[in-house]
This record gives sequence, structure tokens and C-alpha cells, in this order.
Amino acid sequence: MSGYEDAAPYEQARWHADDTYEPLLSEKDATTVEVESSLPDDLTRDELELPDIPEPEVARHYTRLSQMNYGVESGPFPLGSCTMKYNPKFTEDVAAHPGAQVHPLREDVDQQGVLELCYELQDTLARIGGMDAVTLQPPAGAAGEFTGILVARAYHEANDDDRNEVIVPDTAHGTNFASAAMAGYDVVELPSDDDGRVELEALEAAVGDDTALLMLTNPNTLGLFERDIADIADVVHEAGGLLYYDGANLNSLLGKARPGDMGFDIMHFNLHKTFATPHGGGGPGQGPIGVVADLAAFLPDPQVRETEDGSYERYAPEHSIGRVHEFMGNWLVLVKAYAYILRHGDEGLENVSEMAVLNANYVASQIEYEVPYGPFHHEFVASADADAADVAKRMLDYGVHPPTTKWPEIVDEALMTEPTETETKSRLDDLAAAFNAVAAEDPDALETAPNRTTARRIDQASAARNPRLSWHALDDE
Amino acid sequence: MPYATHPPDELDAMLDAVGVGDADDLFDIPDDVRFDGDYGIDAHTEREARAAVEGTLDGSADRVEFLGGGHYEHYVPSVVDHLSLRSEFLTSYTQYQPEIAQGFLQALFEFQSFVVELSGLAIANASMYDRSTALGEAALLASRVRETSGDTVLVPDSLPDRVRSVLENYTEGPGLAVETYPTADGTVDVDGLRGAVGDDTMLVYAATPNARGLLEPDLSAVADVAHDHDALFCVGSDVVALSLLEAPADYGADVVVGDASVLGMPTSYGMGLGIFACREEFLRQVPGRLVGASEDAADNRAYTLTLQTREQHIRRERATSNICTNQAWVALRTAIHAAWLGPQGLVDLAEECVTGVSELCARLDDLDGITAPVYDGHHFREALVATDVPAADVAAHLRQAGFALRTVDDGGEEYLAVCVTDANRDRVDDLVDAVAAYGGAR
Repeated sequence: MSGYEDAAPYEQARWHADDTYEPLLSEKDATTVEVESSLPDDLTRDELELPDIPEPEVARHYTRLSQMNYGVESGPFPLGSCTMKYNPKFTEDVAAHPGAQVHPLREDVDQQGVLELCYELQDTLARIGGMDAVTLQPPAGAAGEFTGILVARAYHEANDDDRNEVIVPDTAHGTNFASAAMAGYDVVELPSDDDGRVELEALEAAVGDDTALLMLTNPNTLGLFERDIADIADVVHEAGGLLYYDGANLNSLLGKARPGDMGFDIMHFNLHKTFATPHGGGGPGQGPIGVVADLAAFLPDPQVRETEDGSYERYAPEHSIGRVHEFMGNWLVLVKAYAYILRHGDEGLENVSEMAVLNANYVASQIEYEVPYGPFHHEFVASADADAADVAKRMLDYGVHPPTTKWPEIVDEALMTEPTETETKSRLDDLAAAFNAVAAEDPDALETAPNRTTARRIDQASAARNPRLSWHALDDE
Repeated sequence: MPYATHPPDELDAMLDAVGVGDADDLFDIPDDVRFDGDYGIDAHTEREARAAVEGTLDGSADRVEFLGGGHYEHYVPSVVDHLSLRSEFLTSYTQYQPEIAQGFLQALFEFQSFVVELSGLAIANASMYDRSTALGEAALLASRVRETSGDTVLVPDSLPDRVRSVLENYTEGPGLAVETYPTADGTVDVDGLRGAVGDDTMLVYAATPNARGLLEPDLSAVADVAHDHDALFCVGSDVVALSLLEAPADYGADVVVGDASVLGMPTSYGMGLGIFACREEFLRQVPGRLVGASEDAADNRAYTLTLQTREQHIRRERATSNICTNQAWVALRTAIHAAWLGPQGLVDLAEECVTGVSELCARLDDLDGITAPVYDGHHFREALVATDVPAADVAAHLRQAGFALRTVDDGGEEYLAVCVTDANRDRVDDLVDAVAAYGGAR
């Protein structure tokens, strides 16, 4: 019988102490200090209670926590639509360069290095996206979406064109819906056709005088290229709307296709996906947006341009929407992404996408689960014959991170898998073996998984029913 | 390609398995939208790429910064880099599989706990992008939880334009208005606030330290004005200041926002870490990630992202926010820095922010033609300085001498602004000398 007991050994670190895997710092030592200050008493607190731990024990605490955490360097991380590829080490060193540590409120003349990098990256991303202008400011992909929608709104308003709807396909990322709603739009959901793509007739029925924007991911979250994209763009543009490209899946198109050439008017780049800046357990990301020429005047303040004397300056575009971050977002992410792009060059970037797509197709060819939609690119969505969440938990026991589960919803028990280009064939074989070993198990047996991770299956319902969100919430126990 | 090369035999085996002769055959892209041009980007070796980017960055001038203005530098101990750069942290994703991500979840839980302790409020999330987006989210939260009608956010007239611009972008969607109440002598004019507030006010915002570097003397009066009109009271601050100051919940804050990148991050051109804390009754309206404690199947305590039905990937257009990727790794760095300092270290660091600027002001005030600070009151890190000659001229002179300082327009008067922390305090003598030298040369 194939089962996790027979698989290659994997065991995540576990620092067991009483009923916890690693005590909180506050459980190791919570110290209350009396606050003495030159300020008057009515401005200050009387005391402050926090852990008081010497540096060696701080180092041990966080080292233990790191050992109880899984990253790309721990093993394959094929989380669909998240592009968890290897993060080149040298980019961290570049970001640590003293020249990157500049205060944003210096005058332009004193921050020429920063501005030159911003200018070059604006230009480079514009060429990669087939766009005319790029803002680097949005601090994450969802912030890029929000910014792009604000730009679209400003454009329509400048044309005295009152439009209140954003159309989003049912397979889109949740952020598309949420970003449109935050910007004040009504969201119209577009059902996919039987092939998993946008259906032109349904789109024609959905667009109209109220359509401000269609948001599209291409390839979509099933990994499928929207082959009708030129017609889709025509339909939206003829209705007076704009077309927004969600850059989450750009890792499949480098050197192969550009959103601007497909008819998109606005796009965001997820630098932490396509350009390999580390995701850091949930950020910092960075979500620059590119736009066509007609929209450039609405981009956030500031943009960076080259002056006649060859220096660089910040300026506010003529009809700027203003700011979406107090400064330039997560600047160090910009530095890392730029270094990554220079390292690769044209051929290297095209090879990134070719290998990302080959690796996805190779894994799909090696697994037992059905993959109902294709031809796919950098990711595929398999359909498990057991509860996909249980499958994912068992895959953890094989020392691989599982795919994104139960989404998109048009695939039953979806396992959305994106191996990325930085896995070797033998690692891809490990990943496929993990899929297949789980597929061979009794679905009921999966409910006890995982067993080899730091924590066993966690009770999600109780966490939500009885929220305990800080040290103090645990004091009473 | 540098980071993924399949040897030729393995590449052939994979292409065979997939059934194509070339990886390019796998791209299902119609010819009319195929890209057959070049980006025009040359490949670089690692050494070349590093030299190219570092060479560009070296184009910025060498300046001793006394800037502040919303972004503050404190010395970051080496332990922060060495621990946070451990790849298990750095290269991980959002904790969608909590069983294999206990380490990061616990670190975020400890970060939330730190913000809870400092704010005095029951709930803190795992991070926002920066202080300005956190304020924007506070306005949106207020519009969701306030029971009576009302659509106006009141902010002080000294709120920096950059922050106000972000706030206005967040509030435009739901049709909220951002209006201003007056300050007097650098702090909240409570009578003026009473005149500005109304039944349509849903949120009153005040910062301490504020944009003039002053600690607000009576925020409980501000809280009373807000609460008398059924508006929420939102306080802006940062985690160093809050280590010394009275917890905002104790004088009536309903929401606390602000910056936590003052700990854990180098200057980094304004990278932020927004904090967001609020009263427990708003729990299900909180934006962003929340880490909670639970139990696993072995009956041990375990951590997990929780109350995710608030979030975009579940609730879509009805989510409390669109935020997905946030600032988790920055929060980890802040938590490590705070742990390294400990409670006394935090209090001492904050106290240094009080004494440092006060000492600099006293020395500048002794110089001819300089009045420092402009406003009476207790300053934190920053203060405005009045100069007999135009402040811009003084700043320009100081720039020639190797310093970076900014000027601030306050009610039509232009002042020099100074910012002192542990990171530049050893250059205060040089700054005073440079200001004195300019005075003598006039």
C-alpha cells in the first residue's frame, strides 16, 4: 500500500513544551516596568508590560519559529496563482546596499540614484507589459488593482462619462471583486463558458453604457489563455469601457505576449510573483500598474522622469489621482525586482515562462487526478476524487506544500497547481509522487492528516467561534 | 537561464512526457497577439547585475538626514536581519496551510499582541501597508459600523498632504467626505473642533505625536467631542511613541492606526508597516489578516489565520477590504526588534525621542536669528524651527554642508523642521555648528 508511512521521510521541527509547540515570549517572561519620563504624568502610561528576554534567547525563539515554518527553500511550493519561485539571494544583498537606504523626503537632487532606478524600472516594466506609462507606487497587487480602478474612474469622469459597473469573470481572484467594490463600483459577475473561458455572447450581453471596466486574468486562473482576447477587447472598447489586466499570471507570458498588445488599457504587475521578490509570509509585495497613453495623465503622484540635463525628477501627472501610499510603496521590493530583471535579460525572461509552462504541463502529465481544462500554461487545476482540503493536508506529510484548494469553484475539489520554473525534474517528480500517493489512499484516512508537520490538523471552527487574538486572550486559560 | 536549467536529457524527457518538441509549442496564444519583438534588456551575470544596480543607487548624495515627516529611522540591531532573513520566514507565503506555518503565525500573533498592549485596544490585525492606508481603512470601518447616518471624516489641518491624498482615495468609493478641523499653536484646537464637528461626522482623527512633532496635550477632550456626536475617535501614532505614551484606549480611542516600521526597518525610502487596532465590538469589521489561537488534533495550542470570512478570497465584493498581500515580513522584523529592546529598552528609546529634539532645539535657540521650537509643548523626535532668514535658504545651505532637512509651510509661514533619533543624535553637534556657521556668514 502506498501511503505517507512509506514515503521519503519528512518531519517538520516541533519544539514541544507542555501544551504548546513553542511558548510565547510573554510566557517565557512578561515584565512590567514602571515608566519614568521627563514628560508630565498625564501624557505617559504608568507602566508597560512586555517580554524581557536577553538577545541569545530572542535569537533562539525566532530560530525555533523559523524551523516551524515552510518556505520555498524548504521544498516545492506549487500554490496556484501565487508563483512561489526561488528568490535569488543576490537581490537581498543589492537591497541591503547603503545607497538603497535613502529618506523619501530628500530633495530630488539628493536622491538621484533612487529616482534613476525608478525611472529605469518604470520604463522596463512598460516594455514588458506593452504599456505606455507605469507607476511603481502601489504596495501590493490588490493595491495595484485599486489604483488601476481609480485611474479608470478618473478617466471616465474626465470624459463626463458616468459608469458604475465593473465586470469580473467568475474565475477571477477575490481581490478583483473587492477592489472594484472599494472603489465604489457595482460588480457584475460574468459566468465562464464550458471551456472555462470568457464567453463572447455573455460578455456582449453584460457590457453597456454602465461598463467602466472589465477585469481579466490572462491566462486565467485555470491556466487557459483567453484566445478571443482581441474580440473581448473590441466588445469592451466599443461599449466605451476599459480593459484591466490582472498580472497575477504574467509568469506565463514573458517574451511571448504583452497585455498592451492584447488590447488591455491598464495592468498591474505582481513583483513578488513574476519577478521573484520574496513573499515574506504575506508581504511586502509591490503592485506597479501600467497604462496606455490616454490614461497616463491620471497616474498617482509622483511619477519619475528624465530632465533635459539628464537628471531625474519627480512630478505629478496633470490629472493625477493623488496617492495610494504615503511614499513609494515597498521600495526595496522594487530594487530586488529590477536586479532580477537585469540578471535575466530578454532571453532569460522568455526562458522563465517557457520553463514555467513546461513544468506545469510535465507535472500534470505525471499525476493520476483528472485535469479537466486545457491547454493550460503555467498552472493547471486538477480535480481530486476526495475532499481537496484533505488531499492538501496529506500532501504536507510528504514534505511538499500543497496546491491552492477548492478554487476556482468551476472545478470540483480543485487543486490549483503552479510548480514554477525553478524546480528541477526530480523535484517535480517528488511533487507528482506526492499527488499520486495521496490519490492512492483511502479518502477517509486523509482526515487525520497532517501528521508530520509541527501542528496536527487545526480546529478552524473553534478559532473563529472563540477568537483569541493576543497574549491577553490566553492569560485566562 | 540562471535559476532553472534542465539538463538536455531531462528537458527531452519532459518534452516527451508532455508530447511536444519544444516548450514554445505549449503556448496557446493566437498569432495576432503574439509578441515577436524584444524588450531590449541585456542579460547580466550576478556580479554585473549587482554592480549595475548598486552603481545606480550610488547616484544618491551622501547626506546626514534630519528629515522625519512621517518616516523615521531608529538603529536596527543586527539580530533583526539575521533572524528575519532566515529563508523559512523570508520565502514563505501567506499561511493558508497553518499546520506547516506555525512559526510565522506565532510571530504574527506576538506582533498583534504587541500592538494590543501598546494601544490598549482588544483587537489588532497582522498589518496594513502603511499609516496612510491604515487611516483609510479606519474611515471605511467607521462607515460600516456607525449606526446613525453620516459620511464625514474630520482630520486636523496639519495632516500631511500625502496622507490626506491616500485617505481621500480610500473614502471616495463609498462617497465619504474628508473635512478639516483647526489646530492652534501646533495642536488640536478643541473649541475649533467643536465648531467643525456635526451629526454627519463619523470619524475624528488626531495624531500624537502630530505633524508638528508635538504630543497632543488633551486627547480625552477630543474623544469627548467625537463621542458626543456618535463619531468614532481614531488616534494615529507609532509603536515607539506608544511605548511611552498613555494607551489611547485609556482616553477613549476607538481605533488606533499608525506606523510600526519605526522598529525593524532601515530608512528604505519610506517602506511602511501600518498598524490597525480597534475595540472588540468591531472585530468582524476589521480589515486584513487576523491570527488566532486554536487547538490541533493533538490538543496542543496552534495558530491559524481566522475570521477569514471577512476577507476578499471568501467574501469577494462584500469583504471588509481588498487587502491580500500585506506587510507580514516587516511585522516579523518589528516584533524581533521589539523583543530585542524589551519594555525598558522601548521606554528608553522613546524617552530619547523626547530629550533629543528638546536638546537640539535648546542649542539652536541659543543661536542668533533662530527660535526653536516654534511652538511650546512637548515634542517627540521632531520640531519646527523659525529662522530670521528664509527657511529654504537655511535648508539649502545645510544641504551644501552635507545635511538633509526639510521645510514646512504652517499657516503661510515657512519653517525649518528637525528630526532627532538615536540614529542621527551623534551628528547633532555638526548640525548645530553648520547652522551657526551660516548665521555667522550672513
